[in-house]
Amino acid sequence: MIFLLMVAGYLFGALAALLFARGWVARWLTAAGAIIGGACAVTLAVAEVFGFDIGSFQIIVVLARRPWWLQGGVIQDPAQPLSAVFLGVVGAIAIPAALYSIGYTRAWEGRRSLRMPGAMLNLFLLSMSLVPLAENILWFVLFWEGMAVTSYLLVMTEAEEPETVHAGNWYLGMTQFGLGFILAAFFLLLPPDGSGDFTALAKHAATLSPGLKSLVFVLALIGFGSKAGLVPLHVWLPSAHPAAPSHVSALMSGVMIKLGVYGVLLFGLRLLGGGPAWWGGLVLTLGAVSALLGVLYALMEHDLKRLLAYHSIENIGIIFIGVGAGMMFLSYDLPALAVLGFVGGLYHTINHACFKGLLFLGAGSVLHATHTRNMEEMGGLIKRMPRTALFFLVGAAAISALPPLNGFVSEWVVFQALLGGASIPQREVAVLMPIAVAMLALASGLAAACFVKAFGITFLGIARSHEAEQAREAPVSMQVAMAALALACVVLGAAAYAMVPALGRVVAGLAGLPPASAVTVSWSLRVPLSAPGAVGQISPLPILLGLALLLVAIPIGLWLSRASRALRVSDTWGCGRIAQTPRMQYTAAAFAEPLRRIFAALYRPTEDVSIDFHPESRYFVQSIAYRAHIIPWFERYLYDPVIDRVIAWAARVRAIQSGSLHAYLTYLVAALVIMLGLLMLWGS
Amino acid sequence: MGLLSKIFRTGIVTEAFPPGDPQIVHLVREVDLRSRRLFGRALGIREVDAGSCNGCEIEISGLMGPVYDSERFGFHFVASPRHADLLLVTGPVTRNMEVPLRKTYEATPSPKLVVAVGDCAHTCGVFKGSYAVAGSVDQIIPVDVFVDGCPPEPADILRGILTALGRAPQAS
Amino acid sequence: MPLPTGYTVAIAQTALALFLAPGLVGLIRWLKARLQNRRGAPVWQPYLELRKLFAKEVVVSSNASWLFRVAPFVVFASTVAVAFLVPVLAVPSPFDPVGDLLVVVYLLLLGTFFLALAGLDPGSAFGGMGSSREMTVAALSEPTVALAIFALALGAGSTNLGQIVARTMADPAAAVSPGYLLAFGALFVVTLAENGRLPVDNPATHLELTMIHEAMILEYSGRYLALIEWAAWLKVLLFFSLLGNLFVPWGVATVLTPSALGWALATLLAKLVVLAVVLAVFETRVAKLRLFRVPELLAVSFVLAVLAITVSFLVR
Repeated sequence: MIFLLMVAGYLFGALAALLFARGWVARWLTAAGAIIGGACAVTLAVAEVFGFDIGSFQIIVVLARRPWWLQGGVIQDPAQPLSAVFLGVVGAIAIPAALYSIGYTRAWEGRRSLRMPGAMLNLFLLSMSLVPLAENILWFVLFWEGMAVTSYLLVMTEAEEPETVHAGNWYLGMTQFGLGFILAAFFLLLPPDGSGDFTALAKHAATLSPGLKSLVFVLALIGFGSKAGLVPLHVWLPSAHPAAPSHVSALMSGVMIKLGVYGVLLFGLRLLGGGPAWWGGLVLTLGAVSALLGVLYALMEHDLKRLLAYHSIENIGIIFIGVGAGMMFLSYDLPALAVLGFVGGLYHTINHACFKGLLFLGAGSVLHATHTRNMEEMGGLIKRMPRTALFFLVGAAAISALPPLNGFVSEWVVFQALLGGASIPQREVAVLMPIAVAMLALASGLAAACFVKAFGITFLGIARSHEAEQAREAPVSMQVAMAALALACVVLGAAAYAMVPALGRVVAGLAGLPPASAVTVSWSLRVPLSAPGAVGQISPLPILLGLALLLVAIPIGLWLSRASRALRVSDTWGCGRIAQTPRMQYTAAAFAEPLRRIFAALYRPTEDVSIDFHPESRYFVQSIAYRAHIIPWFERYLYDPVIDRVIAWAARVRAIQSGSLHAYLTYLVAALVIMLGLLMLWGS
Repeated sequence: MGLLSKIFRTGIVTEAFPPGDPQIVHLVREVDLRSRRLFGRALGIREVDAGSCNGCEIEISGLMGPVYDSERFGFHFVASPRHADLLLVTGPVTRNMEVPLRKTYEATPSPKLVVAVGDCAHTCGVFKGSYAVAGSVDQIIPVDVFVDGCPPEPADILRGILTALGRAPQAS
Repeated sequence: MPLPTGYTVAIAQTALALFLAPGLVGLIRWLKARLQNRRGAPVWQPYLELRKLFAKEVVVSSNASWLFRVAPFVVFASTVAVAFLVPVLAVPSPFDPVGDLLVVVYLLLLGTFFLALAGLDPGSAFGGMGSSREMTVAALSEPTVALAIFALALGAGSTNLGQIVARTMADPAAAVSPGYLLAFGALFVVTLAENGRLPVDNPATHLELTMIHEAMILEYSGRYLALIEWAAWLKVLLFFSLLGNLFVPWGVATVLTPSALGWALATLLAKLVVLAVVLAVFETRVAKLRLFRVPELLAVSFVLAVLAITVSFLVR
């Protein structure tokens, strides 16, 4: 019932966008459809993952469990908790994104029709909700492609900009590239009777040779990895996410790339049922490399949304570190640690969706107010847009893994999984774990540095441009959306007691992992996070309460000790200079400069300084322009040669299209003759 | 290890602090008791060069060394006027340094003291009447103590600061 | 006299840490003064400085926002929260399951994060420079700390501080294992980096271009400066407590009797004095490194941590 309501909600939203196309009716109805759909998705997911403790939803849960429409295993009865987690992520981010779009699309009034973006938004959400539920190759690929096409159309919303077109082309190319590999992986798993049902595939996979299984896994990893944004298949992410409207970026970055994670889990755990250790090692290595490279490239960005897109690559890396560690432990028959690894990966999936969604919505608010994504033109926005700044700060603190927020708790779980790696019997393999620990720690430290830069240059200091001076606070709908996600970040961190056991139950029963016993969620204050297999214990809720208590106690202590309360406002201290201009502040490029020099081997930075002298004398300078570039390694050394080669071959193949009708008729006859010959050979 | 053995052989070289010539230090106004109690044992000093010839600066730099050791009185030189309690001003205030000196004074949180060091700071010294000079320090910001000399000895400067705090050693 | 409960002792040890922190820094300064052949300020000078700062007015820049005023409280709160988690006096602390070594590291990063933002808030170039350098140094020391935690957790079977102390006390041979010694070396370098001591940063410099930590607090005055300075001193004491009590845990009270606590206090003071002497002599001996040589120093500490892990793996 809820499922049908969810589908109906999204379709209603799409229909409303197509019918009305303009005005506040269109905006509200489109968003309402998406919100209804999202709410249903979340309800389904929460009911499935947590079991039936939620008393008042009992009826809804019972209705949802009744099998409906199970024609040939098209859509599953959401009895697969793993799918429910991803469904919940879609719904949870759909609600704030849709709410946000009400205020955001108001700026499009008169310039752009809501028809395409609104309809595509709802269809995008619908297809993303259905991908985890599909139980059949056909429907999976159908919804997957639906997701790709609708998101492409959404990315191309602002197609009048050339960089949007460029981003869209890359995006489409990479999705089709990934699809090819996914299809290959699926077809290799097809049982002889041709049934595409996932349970049949899993049964058939058990009979395959290890070499074939490994091939399938690698193909799936490449295909789903390109969707998730694993290095080196990440190049579409930094251009596609900034090009899309902000609520779409939030959805793409927070939700869509997680479906790549779902795909890898689907193949690795459900269909192939676990494999040799090198699968997990490969995933772990790719994850660690993505985490580090993602954050290193993010540091050098001064486009706010590109920075966030690179951070998505980093966090996908962290998720895959957890998943890879889980797979390795699975192959070494260490079930408790395997569950811990997967729980870390899944928890970080949920958390990343929350705080990345929040950050993209915040960046969108800033873009909405200042009409620029360039950090170097912002500044002082904390005074003009105080609430947006506060929510962005919560998101920045969460992504930098600062306790007691959710980012820290999920990274802690991943750390604990890696620390358990000492139990792996093979020393040479176990040494991979400390390397991963070091890379994860470096990535999270650099992420903190990057977000000090992002928040500090954008919101703090003095406005660096006229638009920044005139910026106004975001509309209420946008603020509410951001507030909801900020609250979710805090709650998900404190509610780790409930999340970790629930996620443990989700992975239990997959790929030979022992089924977990019934979990009771206790809300006692002192209860530490019980993560069986972890080598440490923390209690996130007391940390949150303790910090809050101290923050209140210190001013009280100052007041009680009768410390001076005098305060005077004056100029910024600048060694007594006469006046201060915004250009005397630190810039984003300057902030990242020490790291640019330290990691120069990776970046190979080049600098370009051009000085305009006064026409009368070389002693007076009119202006200095400084440009710094870094080499985009993957684009230049991996993709460009391949693309050039492909274009060269395509040019040669184009010779077939001579334009002559006679040549085409000859091709037809030749193809017919060859086919008949082959059929005769096979027949005999 | 050669450094450590040299340190131990040299020993403490800080000199005792004599009362000195009372004519050199002029207390302009008595600092209130609260400030004296507050800064008596812990004082942050910010040095401001308002156009001096750097003669006074060289003498002031001796204050932090082992011989005069201003730290034993609880003084330390700070990097920002926001951290300072006392401004140590030298030089006749040149026209270009007038606004920076005022801004430095404004940037210092109250309660604050000002000690003007050198003849230039008191009476503009040899630069009196120059086109580049805006006036002596007390014409720009309120001064608590003047220390005369061109340049005054580090001991006199120390004495000036201690006088401002009401801790100057009295001649017996 | 009734035995004090665990909570009382935990709160008392935090208060003790807060109380001792200025004295520890005063001792380090006094030792450095004596090594410079001067008399120097008395050991209790930082207490006098704090008292003075709390009585002064605060001057705030007109460009600064609420973050500037909140940051000192966040820094102080996060450092005090760490003080609850670090085993200063007694080991079976009731706060042990609240946070482990990873929580300690990231709580300190929380303080650094807000201080760096506060450096950017008034819009001064000095603050920006300090923030940039501080975050660089903090980010580069993270992998070393993580690997040192890994090495300790390997030996102790837990990342919770109480467990690590208890395990080392139960197995004295572990304290001189190569893994622990190398981890100690790595953590010592991280102590220097995180607390802004020579050769990474000179706490007494006036040259803004050479500052890392000081540059971020140039705008602070009065009670805000007092809170930030006290938090920084508390951080030094907590790092010394970690170095002392994790690697040489004998003396830490395992039962909450007055005699055990008294002995714990005495050994704590002894360890702090020893580490203060080591730091003072070290700082007198070395010169400050150029900013872009600091990553090399941190790389050395990283190599030490890697060796610690490798040795721990091989020895097991």
